[in-house]
Amino acid sequence: MQLFVANLVVARGGRTIIDDLTFDVAGGEALLLTGRNGAGKTTLIRALAGYLRPIAGSVRLDGFDPERDVREACHYVGHLDANKASLSVMENVAFWQGYLGDGGSGTAAGDALWAALERFGLDALADIPAAYLSAGQKRRLSLCRLLVARRPLWLLDEPSVSLDAASTVLLADVIGEHVAAGGIVIAATHLPLGLGAARELRLGEQVAMS
Amino acid sequence: MSGFMRLLRRDLLLAWREGGALGTALGFYLVVVALMPLGLGPDLNLLSRIASGILWVALLLAALLSLPRIFETDADDGALDVMALGTLPLELVAGAKSLAHWISTGIPLAIMAPVLGVLLNLEVRAYPLLFATMLAGTPAISFLGAIGAALTIRARRGGLLLALLVLPLYVPTLIFGITAINAALLSPDGFAASFLILSAISLVSVVLGPIAAAAALRTQME
Amino acid sequence: MQNQSITQRLANPTRFMQLTDWLMPLTAAIAVVVIAAGLYLALFVAPPDYQQGETVKIMFIHVPSAWLGMMGYLMIAISSFGLLVFRHPLADVSAKAAAPIGAAFTLLALITGSLWGKPMWGTYWVWDARLTSVLILFFLYLGLMALRSALDDESLAAKQAAVLGLVGVVILPIIKFSVDWWNTLHQPASVVKLDGPAIHSSILVPLLVNAVGFSILFLALHMKAMRNEVLRRRVKALRLAEVERAAKRERTAAAPAE
Repeated sequence: MQLFVANLVVARGGRTIIDDLTFDVAGGEALLLTGRNGAGKTTLIRALAGYLRPIAGSVRLDGFDPERDVREACHYVGHLDANKASLSVMENVAFWQGYLGDGGSGTAAGDALWAALERFGLDALADIPAAYLSAGQKRRLSLCRLLVARRPLWLLDEPSVSLDAASTVLLADVIGEHVAAGGIVIAATHLPLGLGAARELRLGEQVAMS
Repeated sequence: MSGFMRLLRRDLLLAWREGGALGTALGFYLVVVALMPLGLGPDLNLLSRIASGILWVALLLAALLSLPRIFETDADDGALDVMALGTLPLELVAGAKSLAHWISTGIPLAIMAPVLGVLLNLEVRAYPLLFATMLAGTPAISFLGAIGAALTIRARRGGLLLALLVLPLYVPTLIFGITAINAALLSPDGFAASFLILSAISLVSVVLGPIAAAAALRTQME
Repeated sequence: MQNQSITQRLANPTRFMQLTDWLMPLTAAIAVVVIAAGLYLALFVAPPDYQQGETVKIMFIHVPSAWLGMMGYLMIAISSFGLLVFRHPLADVSAKAAAPIGAAFTLLALITGSLWGKPMWGTYWVWDARLTSVLILFFLYLGLMALRSALDDESLAAKQAAVLGLVGVVILPIIKFSVDWWNTLHQPASVVKLDGPAIHSSILVPLLVNAVGFSILFLALHMKAMRNEVLRRRVKALRLAEVERAAKRERTAAAPAE
């Protein structure tokens, strides 16, 4: 599994945000996107997930079913939590598990769901509507998506926002395990996530040079 | 269970749990219908003659009130972004959400209509006709309305704009809904033609609405 | 790199600006001449109708306006298609420029129609099929313009308006057909149609001359509106570049300190 990004140009609102960016990430690697505000971290992540159509350049994921779109290989965790306030913690995760996963059900899926809730410390809250959760708990709830539906490419935009120190360590562990299993993680972040071996891509530099 | 059914079930569950939207739509429907005799005077003959028209127009307005909900909450909390990454094409996402709107709002409004007919002295034999035309016509309201809802997610004053965009598209449904009832009241065989066209318009909307709504959703994610 | 991509996107509009620089005044001049000839024929040569008198002459403005109201929508639909499918840089400029012009002609058709209706039908407005469907066309124009003005992001507004434009073109014939049918069931009488066999060449010729003149006028106005829009976008691009340069200067000034 390897992600190739070649000569990517992305504009928003008539402004070129990402200009001629080329990089690649192999399976088993984590890439941290850093850079000042407005350097294009969110834009790059949204372009990789297929929300933004690039003006030029290509995004290719080798080792993924060529019949399927790259977006079907992606997990996207953005600034918004994508949880429904009136659904319980369990219902929220179960919906995304079924919707994003490959339709697996039965006891295996149920076990994966409970494992994810336990991992993020939400198992005691399984029947509580998401509306009652604190900001950190909501964030952990949306991170559960990553574990219940298996997808190789994780695109995380400021995933540690509103997480406390212990949860941030937990997130780093989860990311580490995904990488160790051969997955790819691309995370935009202000804060060091505590990922020792991760590569770093500083955005905004090449724009400043030109 | 397919992604389509999961999404439909989730949206229906949400509509059920957050029942306020349907209550507002039904309440609005009742108030609009109740205001009509106050404006037109309590002449029962007049009211009975125009009852089906009033019920249809008020139904359109009540449905309009609930349209923004089709996509708004999911766009606001980021769920729509995540949905776009599923194996389900965005067209079917829009289709499932429109269908959920029809089941959770269109059908209750259609059921409510004959009840409100009592207030307007609607002819007894018009009741089943009214219900049948509304059941056949309301899918067009939900599926065409989804286009307007998707177009106005990021618009300022979205609700008012939505009315301007969508009401012209409802003209054929309104016209054939009313003609079917009036034709049936005049002669027993006049009903079929208008009713079939009404159903055809709904079927066209079921195809066209999700395609256009998905195109609008894609651009608003950018 | 960045400058290049901006120039690339302006390459096509640049050619358009050069072309219309001389074509626009020329078309406008031709439109003035043709419409002047058409109005002369209509007001002084064409005979008054034996039944309608001089009021029939409103038709020489009314009918071409109505045609151009529809042509404007067709222009928007083609431009919308060009934007969504081919991503042509001028397509959105064209769609945006056509909307107010088409709406103005549609409104002109509605107003002249009702001025003609007052002496003929004794009322300014009847819910006749044709009036109703033109009124709905006018609503669609209003919707397109309102949608565009309600979205702050211009490229988003362009694409959303294009989606609505294409939906409108699919729905318009259905609306027209439904309204026609609705009218025949409700009000079969009192509809005066111009397209009967009764049109004499002394009326038909000025009508066609006016229609040609109005079409050329439409093209000239459309070109002018497109030129304005292209210029407005250039100003915007220059301002954005200015902001970008200032930000860059700040960054290079701050860089040694880091």
